[in-house]
Amino acid sequence: MPQNYVPIFIFIAIILILLPLTLLAAKLVRPENPSKTKLMPYECGIDPVSDSRGRYTVRYYIIAILFVVFDVETIFLFPWAVKFKALGLFGFVEILIFLAILIAGYVWVWKKGALEWV
Amino acid sequence: MHDLIQYVQSYLDPNVKVTPGAAGNMFWAFVYIMLVFLGLSVAVIAMNWLERKILAHMQVRLGPMRVGPHGLLQPIADALKLLLKEDLIPAGADSFVFWFAPFIVVLAAFCVFVVVPFGPQHAITDMNIGILFMLGVSSLSVLGVVMAGWASNSHYPLIGALRSSAQMVSYEIAMGLAVISAILMTSLNATGTGTLSMIGIVEAQKAQGEWFIFKFFPLGLIAFFIFAVAMVAETNRAPFDLAEAESELTAGFHTEYSGFRWSLFFLGEYTAMIAVSSIAVTLWLGGWLRPFPNLLNSPTWDTLFSYVPGATFLFLAAICFYNVARMPKHPYFRIQTMGLGAFGAALALIGLILFIPVVSVRVQDIFWFTAKVAGFQYLYIWYRGTFPRYRFDQLMHLGWKVLLPLGLGVLILTAGVGLLQIKS
Repeated sequence: MPQNYVPIFIFIAIILILLPLTLLAAKLVRPENPSKTKLMPYECGIDPVSDSRGRYTVRYYIIAILFVVFDVETIFLFPWAVKFKALGLFGFVEILIFLAILIAGYVWVWKKGALEWV
Repeated sequence: MHDLIQYVQSYLDPNVKVTPGAAGNMFWAFVYIMLVFLGLSVAVIAMNWLERKILAHMQVRLGPMRVGPHGLLQPIADALKLLLKEDLIPAGADSFVFWFAPFIVVLAAFCVFVVVPFGPQHAITDMNIGILFMLGVSSLSVLGVVMAGWASNSHYPLIGALRSSAQMVSYEIAMGLAVISAILMTSLNATGTGTLSMIGIVEAQKAQGEWFIFKFFPLGLIAFFIFAVAMVAETNRAPFDLAEAESELTAGFHTEYSGFRWSLFFLGEYTAMIAVSSIAVTLWLGGWLRPFPNLLNSPTWDTLFSYVPGATFLFLAAICFYNVARMPKHPYFRIQTMGLGAFGAALALIGLILFIPVVSVRVQDIFWFTAKVAGFQYLYIWYRGTFPRYRFDQLMHLGWKVLLPLGLGVLILTAGVGLLQIKS
């Protein structure tokens, strides 16, 4: 039923109209006199030492990759969960095999220390 | 116009159970969207006041007392202050991304409410992929957080955004696994096919005669527990508020934001809290169903429970009147006393209107849903008042090494027990 999806677009359109309108209203009433010190990035009162867009720890990448793997797994489980009773034992065994492969990977990742955060 | 009147009339018929989206009536959907916006704004304002008051009383303080009686007008004063504050975009910032990030956060938090079922027909629309839509849209707010942190070109926001995104994606997996074990329970009916539709999930709980939190005890309870922990982490609230740990990161990803742009993040955060609570209520706590719909199902109980919404408002009004009596009898407090009395009178009026049978039949679904969500909001404040903050490695440990295996285990066990139930 495509008409069920139309309200989503109305909703998004209303938000995208309302939010800039409120920001515009704020722009009309607020003071506007920036200075060099005011526009400096906040660093507890001292001058910022370097550009912040530098390198950061690789663990965030590992977490992101692991997230993709496990989140896609979750998405694959949804169709089975909806049809759980209709598929019965067959579906259960099949999903166990699917999960076993993933759990093997999970145990490997754990043993490798990718989940440690030290 | 005539069509509209006819539609409204057919809508007020309590036997009609269809959402505006499914009926294809876009005007009525628009009215619903506006009502949802209004309700959310009021809820965020109320949350702001309640959070300060409850936290204050947990720490044996009074909290805001000056602006309005018992500080009731404090959130409005704050909103006005933020409106009048200067709104800076720092020098090195990527101004478009900086400008756009709060929109994404607010959009992701609000869009969830398109499918939230406040009652069998009180949802803007009902999709057959409802819960998937909710999970997907609510996780979009990670994007806004990362954009805000990156665009600021400052160290604290960047670290805050990285932490916050890592935390949000880690707990999303446990959240998804818990949701699947609830979806699985919806398929245990005669046709053998479950549903992802939010209204369908609540109908399934009604048909099976128990809320999913009590189903296959304690499996439903554990799944609910996993979701309840993950949803606090998802919304970056205490005790998982590392992204905005004041003592180490000032304010996390929105350090550089000021004025009204900052208040959009605030709005997004509180709306997201309400959004994830309503997912939890729909999946495990029976959505709009009143307590014990199958156990106490005689008409007497129906009438008794239909008095609860009105009685709740009368109770709140009584608290107001009690405090009016306790106000100091000094001319300085006269306006505050009168204001509190007027507020109590308004609450009492709403309570009396809710006693009218025609109104209470249409409203009690919304009332039960809201009451359950409000319970969660209290829990959020309670956590903030009592739990110490986690350390980041402890947080990752909990997410990846405790909740994820627990979620997988609960899912497999639920499937196994469900299969045994089918066989027998």
